[in-house]
Amino acid sequence: MKHKTFFWFFLPTAVAMLLFIAMPLVSVVMQSLFTPHEQVFKIVETCDPFGCKQSTGIDLEATNSLRAEKPLGRFAGLNIYLDRGHLASSEVAAAWLKSDGIGAFFNAIGNLPFYRAMAFTLTFTFLVTPLAIILGFVIAVSVNSLHRHLKGLVIFFSLLPMIVSPLIGSLVLFWMIDSRGILGNALQWLFQDPDLSLKASTGLTWVMLMVYGVWHTAPFAFVVFYAGLQTLPQDTLESSMIDGASRWQQIKYVVIPHIMPLVTFVALIQLMDNFRVFEPIVGFNASAHATSLSWFIFNDLAGETRLLSSASTTSVLTILGVCILLSPVLVRTWRDFNRKV
Amino acid sequence: MSSKALKQPPALRTFSTIFVVFWLVIAAFPFLWTLWGSFKVELDFFSKADWRNALTGARTFVEYGTAFTDNGYEGAWVQEEFWRSVLNTAIVCISVVTISLTLGTLGGYALSRSSFRYTFWLLIAALIFRAMPPITLVSGYLLPFFEWNLWGKLPTTIVVLVAINQPFTLWMLHSFFQKIPKELDESAKVDGCSQFQAFRRVIIPVMWPGVITTGLFSFLLAYNDFAVTSMLLSTDNQTMVPKIASFLGTTQTEGNVMFAVAAVVSATVPLFILVMFFQRQIVSGLTQGAVKG
Repeated sequence: MKHKTFFWFFLPTAVAMLLFIAMPLVSVVMQSLFTPHEQVFKIVETCDPFGCKQSTGIDLEATNSLRAEKPLGRFAGLNIYLDRGHLASSEVAAAWLKSDGIGAFFNAIGNLPFYRAMAFTLTFTFLVTPLAIILGFVIAVSVNSLHRHLKGLVIFFSLLPMIVSPLIGSLVLFWMIDSRGILGNALQWLFQDPDLSLKASTGLTWVMLMVYGVWHTAPFAFVVFYAGLQTLPQDTLESSMIDGASRWQQIKYVVIPHIMPLVTFVALIQLMDNFRVFEPIVGFNASAHATSLSWFIFNDLAGETRLLSSASTTSVLTILGVCILLSPVLVRTWRDFNRKV
Repeated sequence: MSSKALKQPPALRTFSTIFVVFWLVIAAFPFLWTLWGSFKVELDFFSKADWRNALTGARTFVEYGTAFTDNGYEGAWVQEEFWRSVLNTAIVCISVVTISLTLGTLGGYALSRSSFRYTFWLLIAALIFRAMPPITLVSGYLLPFFEWNLWGKLPTTIVVLVAINQPFTLWMLHSFFQKIPKELDESAKVDGCSQFQAFRRVIIPVMWPGVITTGLFSFLLAYNDFAVTSMLLSTDNQTMVPKIASFLGTTQTEGNVMFAVAAVVSATVPLFILVMFFQRQIVSGLTQGAVKG
């Protein structure tokens, strides 16, 4: 295809992506480097027969003209990145000097909001992804041995947890594990503890969110692996059997190597998607115990005073995190492309 | 499992069947439970006294004389005007799907038919854009949208969702287009078509399955979005998901929880129907990227 034809075909999407992804991205980076203007104060001297008093007032006119002149605000450089709400460099340094031992240091860091969000996001990402892959694989192998007519039905119901909006899915589970809901009741009965509430403890909240995460993402792994199992070479399987491989050995040496490329594919997609975990925290009303990076941004933006600089800074840090997670995919795509050309 | 040698021993067969049933319960039961419970009063759905009340609807019977009540639905749809959000969601989804497919087929076709180096960089850029959580872009939208008085309106959100959808749509359609042999457009061009005519009259007619699958996923992205719609839409223009989230803020007063439950069920039903009719396309779309490499 000629350059010119390509240009006209590609122009509409390019414009959409430039205007609404690339430019906002630039704007986010800019905003993260500026903070809003402080109000301009002026000292007013009021004199009356008993003497003169000085009082400080806000100079509205000057403040507004300053805002109109430089709408971005004051240049702050990396200050917002390093403040207490984000990377908290001075607090981390102080914690490093003061605390004796690694445990105490991590405890001190765990009290900083950004690191708390980071800790949950990473734990969630790196626990839910492998668990969902394992569950998905087991389901795929079990479903594959079912009767043909049942398979469609099972796939239909399996797709549901994945396809519903994360907020709706987490609400549905949240209502069930409420201490008055059916699962909450069942757990109370199981542990013989009438005051048991999953919402009250940090640890249980994390477990609850991760169970939701696995429930939500396992179907994707299942569907992909199931498709992979359909192309399993039957001859290899049969000959391994003739060579005396047990069922477990067949899975280990034939099935798993066959779907290994799919496992990396699913893992990469899931890592990206789990890293943005956000809706469950809203749905489970869990922000007191668990916050994620995306929730952090949302919280800054949703308040009465929209903290744009702070939200932008977290956004930039989140995007950097995504890029790190994504780098293996990028390298792979690069290799694929070179092989093709 | 055609071969006799590969037949499973009965013990394993029972075990895997039990496991599948177990998974089915985990996957489907929460939805059925919520659907059933949405026709009860709050004291039944959240029953401290006896969990069976949620099944039998004892309190509902005391209050309304039958075991089922559409009180929650009435409250959500009429009193809280949930129908408005349903309408907004319909407008947003239909527009997003139409516009992103139009832009996406053009762009994806161009990407699949050009072998210059820049197509690779465009695809990589799209991949990075796809990986970024949409909420990270929101703080970039707010200032200009407030400035130009675009904030809170449906068209603004539609355009933003289309743009956010674009990277994914491009990747998916690109891989579908690559499966269509290039000889097809070349022969059309030999017969005197321009590139656009070849695209319009020869390629698109054989591309329908791919277009439908991609459209489904665009629909799901628009339908399920919470981060963007909740930040960019004013209260009147809210779509279903942010509307449900706003119900939750007012759960203190009795009865409101059931409004949220009814709204959740109402928002799940279209997805249920969608999966029922388009299961094959959804599965093929999910495995699309995987099978390729």
